[in-house]
This record gives sequence, structure tokens and C-alpha cells, in this order.
Amino acid sequence: MITFFINGEPREFAAPLTLAELIVALELTGKRIAIEKNGDIVPRSQHAQTMVADGDRLEVVVAVGGG
Amino acid sequence: MTDSLQIAGKSYNSRLLVGTGKYKDFSETRAAIDASGAEIVTVAIRRVNIGQDASQPSLLEYLPPSEFTYLPNTAGCYSADEAVRTLRLARELLDDHKLVKLEVLGDSNTLYPNVRETLKAAEVLVAEGFDVMVYTSDDPIIARELEQIGCCAIMPLASLIGSGMGILNPWNLRLIIEQSKVPVLVDAGVGTASDAAIAMELGCDGVLMNTAIAAARDPIRMARAMKLAVEAGRDAYLAGRMPRKLYSADPSSPITGMIGAK
Repeated sequence: MITFFINGEPREFAAPLTLAELIVALELTGKRIAIEKNGDIVPRSQHAQTMVADGDRLEVVVAVGGG
Repeated sequence: MTDSLQIAGKSYNSRLLVGTGKYKDFSETRAAIDASGAEIVTVAIRRVNIGQDASQPSLLEYLPPSEFTYLPNTAGCYSADEAVRTLRLARELLDDHKLVKLEVLGDSNTLYPNVRETLKAAEVLVAEGFDVMVYTSDDPIIARELEQIGCCAIMPLASLIGSGMGILNPWNLRLIIEQSKVPVLVDAGVGTASDAAIAMELGCDGVLMNTAIAAARDPIRMARAMKLAVEAGRDAYLAGRMPRKLYSADPSSPITGMIGAK
């Protein structure tokens, strides 16, 4: 069991997974998102190779209306 | 006769830039933006709502990035670090998009910019290759420093964000306009069409607004009013106003040929 943080909230997963797998698990497939892991951007091209580890802090963002 | 706005090497026909917040729904957002004629639209970057219905529409579907130039902002950021991280996320989100609006706030009551943090963030972002349009106070010295750092547009407030108080210090705006070699846009404070026209008559290169349109009783009509006001103000600026004649009138009709003359 691993625990990491997505947008400040703790999440538990049975086993380590890649960002690409996480996107599927969170039902964010096809959405235009950007991900930061422990303060650094993870480019979309690297989602499939990037593992999420215990204690990681992820920020997952979208564009919303604003001025 | 072309009179286009040049920002970071790209030209735009519209000098009105608009925000996409505070509308009733996305279709009203789209209708208002169409009525405004704006080509550059600001967006905010926020945490995704995990677990929300994936079929829910997104802003990007109503305002396709292929039709508009997105201007991701750092609204709500209170430190240089937060603002820089937000815009790095925006660049990734929008496929290496470089044009951004930097704003670092100092206070949640006034939403007044924190210029120290703004300067710090601008240095980092310019060094990383961003084209930075920067929201700042109407202090000409700070505006000059931001230009020296390499910001591609200086965007002083006319009055507080969302206040609709209009152009409170035209003198400072003039000082900034006269000294700047990059475009100067009024960002924040416009309340109604005449405010936008005044900003343009002062010589601003453009106006950025959100609440003045979104919070109008009829946002779509106000969007059109703002488009016309920005165009009218720009034309008046280019045409050059007549000199003011203090304490003396000057008739518009001939003073000769009056009936009853001898």
C-alpha cells in the first residue's frame, strides 16, 4: 500500500503506479491537465515512464474561467 | 489603414483583452467574448476537481485555443514562487504556450499587487523564456523596472481589481505610457465604457477587463459597448483632440452673412 498526495489530499493505492495509470484511475483521460510532482513539472511525454512513490506530492491542474 | 496591437511579436486587431471569470455559464462566457471581439482571453489555473463527472464541459471546449490566444494568469498567487509554479503548469497545460499574465497580490482586501514579489517572479519567468504581461501598480518607476527586466507588456491598474472605480490616476498612467517602449494596457478597475475610452484616449495600447462585462446586467451588450469604447478611444487618441480653450468660446457657424445686417 502506498500513500501520496493529490492536490493536498492523501490517496492510497494498492501498488506503485505510473502517472499515466493514475490519470486513468482518476478518470481524467482525455482532459487537458498538467501535473507537477514534488514541485517539478512532469511533461505529458513522460507520464508513462514516471512512477508515483509513497509520500509524493502531486498537483493536477486545469484551466478555468478567470480574469 | 492597419492599427494592430503588437505583443511579443504577434499582432492583434482587437485592443480589448477579456477575462473569462464570473459568467453565469460557459455559453454566456462565449457569447460575451464574441461580442467583445477580443482575441486574447485570460484563464486561471486551478486544481482539477477529482471525481467530478468527466463528461462535464470544460472552458476549453467553449473557447478553443485554436480560436483564441490564451493568457493564463496567476490570480490568487501571493508569492513569486507560487506564481512561477502556476505559470510553468500553464505552459505544460497549453502545449509550451509562452504568453502569460503575471500578477502577484499583496493583500486580499485590496488585491493590490505586491511589487517586490512581482519583480522577483518576472525575472525568473523572463529568464525561462516566458512572454510576460505584468499586472502592476501605477508607479512609473516599478513599471520601468519591469520593462527593463524584459516584460513584453506593462499592465498598471486603473483602480482596484473588480472595483469598477474607473481611471483614478490618469497622470500616472500617462507617465507610464510616455516612458514605455512596450505596450501599456490598463488592467483592472474599468467599470463602464467611458472608462475604457478614457484609458485609450490617454494613449494606452489596450485594456484588459473581466468584471465590468461579466457583472453588467446584460454582459453581452456591455461586451459590445466595451469593444466600441476601446475602438472609439483609440481613434480619438490617434486623431488628436482639439486643444482646450480655457475661458473662450469659438462659434462653429460663420459669424458673417447674418440676416438683418446692413
